[in-house]
Amino acid sequence: MNQQKPSDPTLKLRGALPLAPAPERCPAPVPERLGHFIGGEVVPGRDESLFTSYEPATGEPLCQVAAADAEEVDRAVTAARSAFDRVWGGMPGAERGKYLYRIARRIQERSRELAVLESRDNGKPIRETRDVDLPLVAAHFFYYAGWADKLDYAIPGQRVRPVGVAGQIIPWNFPLLMAAWKLAPALATGNTVVLKPAETTPLTAMMLAEILAEAELPPGVVNIVNGAGATGAALVDHPGVDKIAFTGSTEVGRIITRATAGSGKRLTMELGGKGANIVFADAALDQAVEGVIDGIFFNQGQVCCAGSRLLIEEGIAAAFLDRLKRRIETLRIGDPLDKNTDVGALNSVEQLQRVQRYIEIGRRQGAAVWQGSACPTPEQGYFVAPTLLTGVQQTDTVVREEIFGPVLSVLTFRTPDEAIRKANDTEYGLAASVWTEKASKLFEVAHALNSGVVWANGANLFDPASPFGGMRHSGFGREGGIAGLWPYLEIQ
Amino acid sequence: MSTATFRPSDAQQWHSARVDNATTARRVARARARSIKTEAKDRLLRLALSMVDLTTLEGADSPGRVRALCRKAVQPFAEMPELPHVAAVCVYPTMVPWAGQALGADSPVKIASVATGFPSGLTPLPIKLEEVQRTVGLGADEIDMVIDRGAFLSGDDQRVFEEIAAIKEACGGATLKVILETGELGTLDHVAAASRLAIAAGADFIKTSTGKIKPAATMEVGLVMLEAIREHFLATGRAVGMKPAGGIRTAKSALHWLVLVAETLGSDWMTPERFRFGASSLVGDLLHQIARRTDGHYASPRRFSVD
Repeated sequence: MNQQKPSDPTLKLRGALPLAPAPERCPAPVPERLGHFIGGEVVPGRDESLFTSYEPATGEPLCQVAAADAEEVDRAVTAARSAFDRVWGGMPGAERGKYLYRIARRIQERSRELAVLESRDNGKPIRETRDVDLPLVAAHFFYYAGWADKLDYAIPGQRVRPVGVAGQIIPWNFPLLMAAWKLAPALATGNTVVLKPAETTPLTAMMLAEILAEAELPPGVVNIVNGAGATGAALVDHPGVDKIAFTGSTEVGRIITRATAGSGKRLTMELGGKGANIVFADAALDQAVEGVIDGIFFNQGQVCCAGSRLLIEEGIAAAFLDRLKRRIETLRIGDPLDKNTDVGALNSVEQLQRVQRYIEIGRRQGAAVWQGSACPTPEQGYFVAPTLLTGVQQTDTVVREEIFGPVLSVLTFRTPDEAIRKANDTEYGLAASVWTEKASKLFEVAHALNSGVVWANGANLFDPASPFGGMRHSGFGREGGIAGLWPYLEIQ
Repeated sequence: MSTATFRPSDAQQWHSARVDNATTARRVARARARSIKTEAKDRLLRLALSMVDLTTLEGADSPGRVRALCRKAVQPFAEMPELPHVAAVCVYPTMVPWAGQALGADSPVKIASVATGFPSGLTPLPIKLEEVQRTVGLGADEIDMVIDRGAFLSGDDQRVFEEIAAIKEACGGATLKVILETGELGTLDHVAAASRLAIAAGADFIKTSTGKIKPAATMEVGLVMLEAIREHFLATGRAVGMKPAGGIRTAKSALHWLVLVAETLGSDWMTPERFRFGASSLVGDLLHQIARRTDGHYASPRRFSVD
């Protein structure tokens, strides 16, 4: 957009606040080797299946992880079935609730350790794990603990019972939070679980196993198997699994949907997104900037509901981008364990390359690439500075495909209708934001968006009481709220 | 500078600035989450000390109390003479000569005085002007005026604007700080509009509060005011200063304010020329924290003078 003339007054934001390193020092030892958690026991896994997990901030090896094969997955499913039949499925809800409350409290007590592990494993800033991920993890357990003895009210007028054994496959972007989203409603409703964490972020799930044991959760109620795609496939294909809950890419979601077709297994899918952040000229502009920042740079943009397409009303586009750039120039990129870091590392070298590839594609297709931050981008580790792509169009790859990185594609519109049309012009439909101070316009636009979640003057806001999930190729089924119970219940 | 003139179209623009409370609070929470350690802390604590308008505004103020205040302003802590002096002392008009006497003619510490029927601002304009002129005549370098909140809330922007413009003229060479008394304005939208109005009318600084009303200087209000300063600077190149006052008692909250200033306005505002804290007890905690960094342990708070 418009370049500022040299004579224009400028603010010296970059470097205005030199800060000393402020590392989070809470000790959280990383085990050398991670195995699986089956039938209440931590098992080492097979030596020949070991693979290395890397620390995103440095690119150095972090720990060795065992991958479960079909036989180990079978043991986990068998343990879950037996726990379902013997104790968990028939336990009074109030009793189940007590376990969940205990887990929630223990998570709060050990939240600092968990936050440090999560930041090292995932690469996200400690500010986020400490202030967002962990509080939400505990909140989900607390919320669904409250439902455990009230399931008669989950579906009005119906008696319900649990589905059975749930296979849950979770992504690497919010490892522990996604585990909580999946485990808490499944356990509250009386199901037992085999959970597969992502292969690049196994640490906090195994620490959660420790917490479950401390809470004396009956053996086999939750089982955790580590591994990559093959382990996931073994879980999906296992005939003893009654339900699959998956969060991840649309591509893998399609594979799982095909694999389970005709099997009678229930499915919920929480997949990709290409969220629109619509900013009208009558928005509270500085707060809209803040929302755009939260929408695309939270967790380095590795968020399925990221606001990765910015739609600005044409008349304010240039001025709004100037505001946005000024704010980006105060974001600190670097060590995820530093309490002042705003933007951490991408999760893996594959993700780094994918994001860089998309920036290149954008450039080739005619986008202007702008990158900024308060400090230089570290050379080591998987870092990408906050990136704006301007001059892009609806047809461009970077506007249509999910990048899953700190890259914002900027488009403009002239009327609310055009904003709606452009926002809906995607195969996804997970989340969107609308920024305006005019209430009538807000409601009109919000209701016209084909999106599972719409935030009004906000972005990336989560609450366990509020259902979350997608439309179209962003998936089906809801997590959170009363609707989050339904996938785990049979009507009797 | 010629006196600013009121234009209704400008007023419309001031009121079209919109603020969203929830996200403003989130932004402030992020500033508060900044962790300021070691050398950065040393530097910012000293900077904060140099930005204090050391204030006494009580009915019981006396020459003796003002003399004591001035001594502290020049040298906040005798054990550490290398520490900076504060930016100014802030007193009632009748105390200005005593402050002048105590500080001496060439003192680097400025004399600020509240005028214009402080704290309510509900005296007739000619009396306000007379008060300002006399106070400047007595030796005040800076005038902290209050706006007529009643007029502002009843929609009479023109009256508020013209009062500020007239007082600015009456100040002559003295710096004018305009107190919005945000605790009485009620909404952040009002704060945004009043900030723009005061800046347009000629304020050199905008200031949150008198210290007599709660809530005083909240960081949400501060952010909205800093954003108004930023808009004006980018549009005109004129740099207006900011002074939060009232309720800032701890070094930690002062550091959070500096984070907000640095991240909203940049390094050119990290100076007493453009940013002040209106406070009294803040100095004690700043000294406490500075000494903690030098000594390696906390001293008794009694080591530092109360006044």
